[in-house]
Amino acid sequence: MHADQRCVLTGTHFINGDAACCEGALSAGARFAAGYPITPSTEIVERFSARAPQVGGLFIQMEDELASSIALQGMVWAGQKSFTVTSGPGYSLMMEHIGYAAITETPCVFVDVQRGGPSTGLPTLPAQGDMMQARWGSHGDYLTIALTPNSPQECYSLTIKAFNLAEQFRVPVMFMMDECVGHMTEKVVIPKAEEIEIYPRRLASKPPGEFNLFEAGEDLVPEMAHAGEGYKVYVTGLTHDKRGYPVLNPKAQHELVTRQFEKIRRAADELTIVETEEIEGADVVVVSYGITSRVAQRAIQMARDKGLKVGKLRLICVWPFPEKLIRELAPKVKALVMPELNMGQMVLELERCAGGKCQVISVPHAGGTVHKPADILAAIERGAR
Amino acid sequence: MSTTDFVVHNPVEDLLRQDRVPTIWCPGCGIGTTVNSFAHALLGQDIDLSKTAIVSGIGCSGRVSGYMNLDSFHTTHGRAIPFATGLKLANPELTVIVYSGDGDLTSIGGNHLIHAARRNIDLMVVCVNNMIYAMTGGQAAATTPGSSMSTTTPYGAFEPELNMPQLVDAAGACFVARWTSFHVMQLERTMAKALKKKGLRFIEILSPCPTYFQRKNNLGDALTAMVDYKKRSKIKHGCHTWETALEPGGDIIVGEFVDREREDYLTRMRRQLGSHYSEFPEQTEEEISEGACSEC
Repeated sequence: MHADQRCVLTGTHFINGDAACCEGALSAGARFAAGYPITPSTEIVERFSARAPQVGGLFIQMEDELASSIALQGMVWAGQKSFTVTSGPGYSLMMEHIGYAAITETPCVFVDVQRGGPSTGLPTLPAQGDMMQARWGSHGDYLTIALTPNSPQECYSLTIKAFNLAEQFRVPVMFMMDECVGHMTEKVVIPKAEEIEIYPRRLASKPPGEFNLFEAGEDLVPEMAHAGEGYKVYVTGLTHDKRGYPVLNPKAQHELVTRQFEKIRRAADELTIVETEEIEGADVVVVSYGITSRVAQRAIQMARDKGLKVGKLRLICVWPFPEKLIRELAPKVKALVMPELNMGQMVLELERCAGGKCQVISVPHAGGTVHKPADILAAIERGAR
Repeated sequence: MSTTDFVVHNPVEDLLRQDRVPTIWCPGCGIGTTVNSFAHALLGQDIDLSKTAIVSGIGCSGRVSGYMNLDSFHTTHGRAIPFATGLKLANPELTVIVYSGDGDLTSIGGNHLIHAARRNIDLMVVCVNNMIYAMTGGQAAATTPGSSMSTTTPYGAFEPELNMPQLVDAAGACFVARWTSFHVMQLERTMAKALKKKGLRFIEILSPCPTYFQRKNNLGDALTAMVDYKKRSKIKHGCHTWETALEPGGDIIVGEFVDREREDYLTRMRRQLGSHYSEFPEQTEEEISEGACSEC
């Protein structure tokens, strides 16, 4: 199906990434959100609090991020699409409910506009230090999907993608922005509603009595029923059977956790969402994501001007990590260079997947600003030797 | 006709998930008794049970949602109220009840209770107060009275106990009551009354925990607790909530303390937003396929 025209601000806009993310959520069909103010993410919900009532929705400012991250799931189980928005310290508080969304298979979106950390860190300055938290932050075993935009335009279009993936796989999706992308103002083109593809919620195809809320078919993703539809749903954070009833034994645990893993794992190819440029025949490929990819672009250009064969691989979907792609790429290049605004997080995945088949050069940065292109260039030159 | 053919149908059974019985609750526990009153109260209402949801947190009382044959949500520790808030706001047609314990609602979830009362969200909150963390094996709670013994207060508790009615009254709840699991009929009537009100309604119910609280404090069995509740309870409807603090061994003030009219969250929101709020009717099949609504 396509987007509801009433929610889509079709046209060409000059807005920042936060505003674009808000419009993306509305285009995706989210009319409800819960949040708590935190820089540099607040502009998203400021805009949403003005826009949502115009389309019969609402934003509720909760008492903290613990409350926001579970209130949004109440909204989902009431039949709506919903999301929350935060930054590092708030994201830490939300971890419990990312786990709850994972085990209850609640389709929803968590937006994290990353800033410098740990703790209160650098509230108004950029970082990409929550990338591992997006994957491992909540306790126990679960898989999530995480997307990273590198422009306001992508803050719009990938927010829609995030909602679509959440519905397709019945998982919480992490939308990993950063302060630069959030506060950067650029041209954002919002297409016509009929050009926006929306993945509709997979609703129960069987009547109450025959339907099981956690019984999955071929693709391992169960259909959903909401409160108030007569299904008498049973949703619990405990390990549960296909009815949703708590079953606390190793067999039920194995079945539940492996299915929830497998539904994402088997979609690895579909979830390999990257942008590539001249990676065929390259000696060095720069792997980056988010705002860092735009600085890397400059460094790549500088290296090419020097006659080096450099390719670009931009991760748009960072989790699941594009493992197969890296495994195939590593033996063909001398080095993979990874700049990121943290002390080296995603580079650990890159090293694991490269498996020693090429050099992997990390270009860490503690955050607060972006890399100097010269630092990335130096790493490219080192890799090309 | 043999005696085995004679079956008395208990109407409460229809409200329970029969395939989940027996419950995890210990013999003598008061939680089940409160559920019986709740089920009776619910059956006497003119509300659509298929549009009634029950939300719990974690703990012994947190298991109530899972035994009710309603839309059941067993959430995380302390977070039943914010989940229920999202559920109610996104579908105002639902009747939403939060049913949980003292540790869950007033300690780890205390802030949510305060703000739900302040907002006057249209939820009925039932708090079973057994004065101890029972699910985890009998640790002291914010409600553990006086110098009571628990596994984490082996020399007796020394933190003052929380007075729930006073807290939620001060925060703005439109209805506040307290009973014990001895007062089954009064509790049913109060629940029935609360179910009809709009806004944040809070009912505290004292319940024995023979396995931990009673045993640790040599207070006898559940029957002894009932006798104790009967003796110590003083019914004081309309009593100032600052006079309802629970003193160890002292009077247990019970009754309906607060019953006031106050605009609930959604009503206030609609009034405040006025013309800025637009209804969002479902699109017809035709409109969906054409990608535009008929008015555009």
